[in-house]
Amino acid sequence: MAKVDFKVPELKQYAEIPAVTPETMAHSRPFVAKPEFQEPLGFPGALADDWQERAIAKMGDLLSRYRSLRVYLDSCVKCGSCTDKCHYYLGTQDPKNMPVGRQDLMRKVYRRYFTLAGKFFPKLVGAEDFTREVLDDWYSYYHQCSQCRRCSVFCPYGIDTAEISMAAREIMDHIGVGQKYCNEIIGKVFKIGNNLGLPGPALQDTLEGLEEDVLDDTGVAVKYPLDQVGAEILLVTPSADFFAEPHVDGLVGYGKVFHEAGVSWTLSSYASEAANFGMFIGSYENMRRVAQRIREAAIDLKVKRIVFGECGHAWRVAYSFLNTLAGPWDFLDPRYPVPQHICEFTHGLMQEGKLTFDKSQNDDKVLTYHDSCNVARASRMGSVPGGQFDIPRAIIRATCNHFYDMDEETIRERTFCCGGGGGLLTDDLMELRVKGARPRVEALNNVMQEKGVTHMAAICAICKSQFTKVLPFYGMEMDQIVSLHQLVSNAIVLTPGDDDELEDDEEDEEAA
Amino acid sequence: MGIEVNGKVYEVDEEGYLSNIQEWEPGVAEVMAKEDNLTLTDEHWDIINFLREYYEEYQIAPAVRVLTKAVGKKLGKDKGNSKYLYGLFPYGPAKQACRYAGLPKPTGCV
Repeated sequence: MAKVDFKVPELKQYAEIPAVTPETMAHSRPFVAKPEFQEPLGFPGALADDWQERAIAKMGDLLSRYRSLRVYLDSCVKCGSCTDKCHYYLGTQDPKNMPVGRQDLMRKVYRRYFTLAGKFFPKLVGAEDFTREVLDDWYSYYHQCSQCRRCSVFCPYGIDTAEISMAAREIMDHIGVGQKYCNEIIGKVFKIGNNLGLPGPALQDTLEGLEEDVLDDTGVAVKYPLDQVGAEILLVTPSADFFAEPHVDGLVGYGKVFHEAGVSWTLSSYASEAANFGMFIGSYENMRRVAQRIREAAIDLKVKRIVFGECGHAWRVAYSFLNTLAGPWDFLDPRYPVPQHICEFTHGLMQEGKLTFDKSQNDDKVLTYHDSCNVARASRMGSVPGGQFDIPRAIIRATCNHFYDMDEETIRERTFCCGGGGGLLTDDLMELRVKGARPRVEALNNVMQEKGVTHMAAICAICKSQFTKVLPFYGMEMDQIVSLHQLVSNAIVLTPGDDDELEDDEEDEEAA
Repeated sequence: MGIEVNGKVYEVDEEGYLSNIQEWEPGVAEVMAKEDNLTLTDEHWDIINFLREYYEEYQIAPAVRVLTKAVGKKLGKDKGNSKYLYGLFPYGPAKQACRYAGLPKPTGCV
């Protein structure tokens, strides 16, 4: 656990709406990207003298490109419905973390330069010049929004603060004020193929290690193939799945499911990343460039299907935008969804009766499930509405004997963000991450007390890393967060392949 | 920004990671650990040395599973797990130990 120079919020039995305390988070700002991280993304390296002019021009460009942005900026009636819905407001009490407060930071600039009343009577309509102080506020508070869209569920006009926050970051990137965390990472995807910067040989080494582990544990040779031309399925998964815990246990699980399905599959060293941070910074061009890598890998490897691993925002990009970003996908097998989520894949096999589970393997745990925001509110799974909520839960129920949901106000489409999404999963925002996690951790704490829950499963790499890091601040254990396919991995009964049986026979013969 | 080791100043980035991995010397780890109120033992050095060897070969820090496995093989199975590593490096083996070893910070959803 890191050094703490802020007060960790106290967990309560009932959610409390805290009193407003202005400017509590005005000091929170992530590191600014250096020119070396800006330029590969097509952004200026630093703030130029004419930044204000450029920023307003970029805002005009975005307003003309995205009708939604103008509607969101025009339509707020200050009803107050969103004020207590953001986890960052609930955790920090800073009114600029109320969704309406956050929107107003852009709205006042929009009114000044793009509305008649704001041009002539700025004070009457709350319009303000785009000054350096306003820009500093933007940088601070648009990096205190995880783009989780919980507020938009409650807004009677459907205003999506996430889109405003993305537009703000895009404008700031275009005047040379980018965020180090996101922009350095996008650069690594272009250069190496994934957020972590894992080169092919390191991937190969890691995957071979997993094959050994699974063989040791189960006696069954499960393969984790890389760059296998002609495989049926390309698995695109967040690079954290190779690198971190508990993510890797999920990856082990995907491999076991593919093994049982009897299909050939492969990972790609070129498209070794599901995440697409282009979305977090609101950059269509960068999002497209990242997504194109998946298309190129699918063509080069001659696959017939694409399956995505457990990654929240990747699934939003994949489910909602992949076709326009990197399509058409007419070279893939039309009998399957393009793309398919690993949960849909596993659930499909369950329904066909192709998977056998020994639930008792998870009897050391009592589970709950954290709906990740981008899966919950920006995508779907399966063929019926709500599949993104029901399919993961069906998989948990099939693999575990003990499962309880958290308070209904905090799950499904009303789920609370983990506190680290939207490009904020960086150590320089630790105070924000800990405080923003409070509403979710509070709900978790309640089911721990009431139902004896011991573990929380998730299907998002960011959620998993965030909880691993912040749960200890609240006196919980870092390994209370698990991958959904880790549960599958524990419970699945593997069928030995031909090679495995051969080895067994040899052993038998030797024994005889 | 920089840190001073035996009278020599090494450049570090805003998060305290060495700017040039080639410049690393054991004193860098000692000074960084001291700033974190940590005393480096042989157990710490086992990890730091492994990280540097792995980086030399693969140009990236080892995945947590690769690291725990290597530690387990060398020091016994009871030590081949994250708990042991977090015991040594409270801020996480991937980030804190990499920093001491002069490696770049692992980025992404980790």
